[in-house]
Parts: sequence; C-alpha cells; structure tokens
Amino acid sequence: MERKSKITAENGKQEITITRAFDLPVELLFKAYIDAEIVEQWMGTKVLKLESKRHGCYQFETTDPMGNKHGFNGTIHEFEPNQKITRTFEMEGSNFPVQLEFLSFEKQSESTSKLTMHVIYKSVEVRDNVLKLPFAQGINMAHNRLEEILFKQIK
Amino acid sequence: MKLRRDVFQAIADPSRRAILLLLATQSMTAGAIASNFNTARPTVSKHLQILTECDLLKQEQKGRAVHYHLNAEKMKVVADFLEPFRKMWDDRFDKLEDIMKSYEPKK
Repeated sequence: MERKSKITAENGKQEITITRAFDLPVELLFKAYIDAEIVEQWMGTKVLKLESKRHGCYQFETTDPMGNKHGFNGTIHEFEPNQKITRTFEMEGSNFPVQLEFLSFEKQSESTSKLTMHVIYKSVEVRDNVLKLPFAQGINMAHNRLEEILFKQIK
Repeated sequence: MKLRRDVFQAIADPSRRAILLLLATQSMTAGAIASNFNTARPTVSKHLQILTECDLLKQEQKGRAVHYHLNAEKMKVVADFLEPFRKMWDDRFDKLEDIMKSYEPKK
C-alpha cells in the first residue's frame, strides 16, 4: 500500500488535492481532527478553539522558531462524523485570502483509511504562492544557517 | 545593473516554458530557438534574456555562435518546489498516525 502523501497541483488551476492512506481505522483518523489535544500534537500548534460541528469555528496559534506567534482560524460548514469536514482556513496577519477545504475521510478496511484534502484558493497566483511557502522558508532557513556559519568564522 | 528575477514568474510564461522544453535535450543558438516560434526574433531574445537572468539558462560561446543550454541545477530547484509542501504534510500525517496508533480512549 502506498502510504506517502500525494499532491496533485495542475498547472494553471486554483486548487490542489492532497491524499494520504493511513494504517488506522477511519474513526481514529477522524478523531485526530476533532480532538483539540490530538490536533495540537500532530499539527504542532496550540488550539485556542475547536468546535467540531456545523457552523462551528476553530482558532489555532503557532509559535515559530523565532518566537513569533501566527494565528489561523476558520469556520466549519459541513460536518459528518467519519466522513467529511468542509471548512475555511485563514492565515491571520498575512495577505493570503481565505481558502476553502473539503476533507473527506474514507474507510478502506477495518484497520485502514484514506484522507482526501481538496483545497480551493482564490486564484491561481494565490495557490502557487501558498505552495511555495515551505519552499521559500526552506531557502531562507538555509540562507540563515549559511550566514550563521560565516558569521562564526569571521569571529 | 541586471534586474533580479523571480524564477517562478519566469516559468509562468508559456513561451518560456516551451523554450525550456526545447532545450531539454540539446543546446541551441538563439536563431535556432527562434526558428521554432512564430513570434518575432526580438521577443524570443527577450525571453532568453529573462531565462538567463534567473539562471535557468546558461550561455556558452562556441566559435562565433552563442549556444544556450539548461542549467540543470536551477531546473531541479524549480521542479522540487512542491516537495517541501508535500513533505510538510507527510510529516504531519506520519505524526498523526503514530499518535493514533497508541491512542486509548479516556474513561
């Protein structure tokens, strides 16, 4: 079974699809999305609010390695236990517009499941920039490390 | 002074992507590249200049002619830009799986 996460991002489209197969019953996979304590652990974020129900909302707060706090929030539009969550996602204090996420949870067998995350962005440009975020951060981090090493050598 | 260019902006243009594709298997002169397009020669030159400025292409002097070829290293960076995003989610999902495998419902 292919367990790696797959990303489909076609050129010129304002959407992406992330799929991943889990060695977990669908109930446990779903639980990891609705239990605040568990979300905190695997998303590496603080959960300020998580109302897992239709018209509910959530608020996360992440602290980056420099100690800066970043807020994320969204509203839950559809909620069907062990099947789907439809929600919005917003990065507070960034220029990125809100994105729409369709999460579907599928039972594959008694002990395996599959998650499909279909994300719609406001435009093709926004999508491409969001996809490049970790890439850009990676490059910046590499630069910072390089600067650190050089700086140490100068001293 | 040369303008610093964004690689991703450079490859967002269909003509420039076509040029990169053309050069994937061989190095070519500007004239040979231009003969593959219906656009005016200066337009192709402009595209070549942009691609060169952002390091996707390299120029090589061969006798009197300048040949263009792909800068494989830079191309790899562009091809891999989705990988950190995929890896970020993969790491999160790995963690999720680990946590839930040892999950015991609270009484």
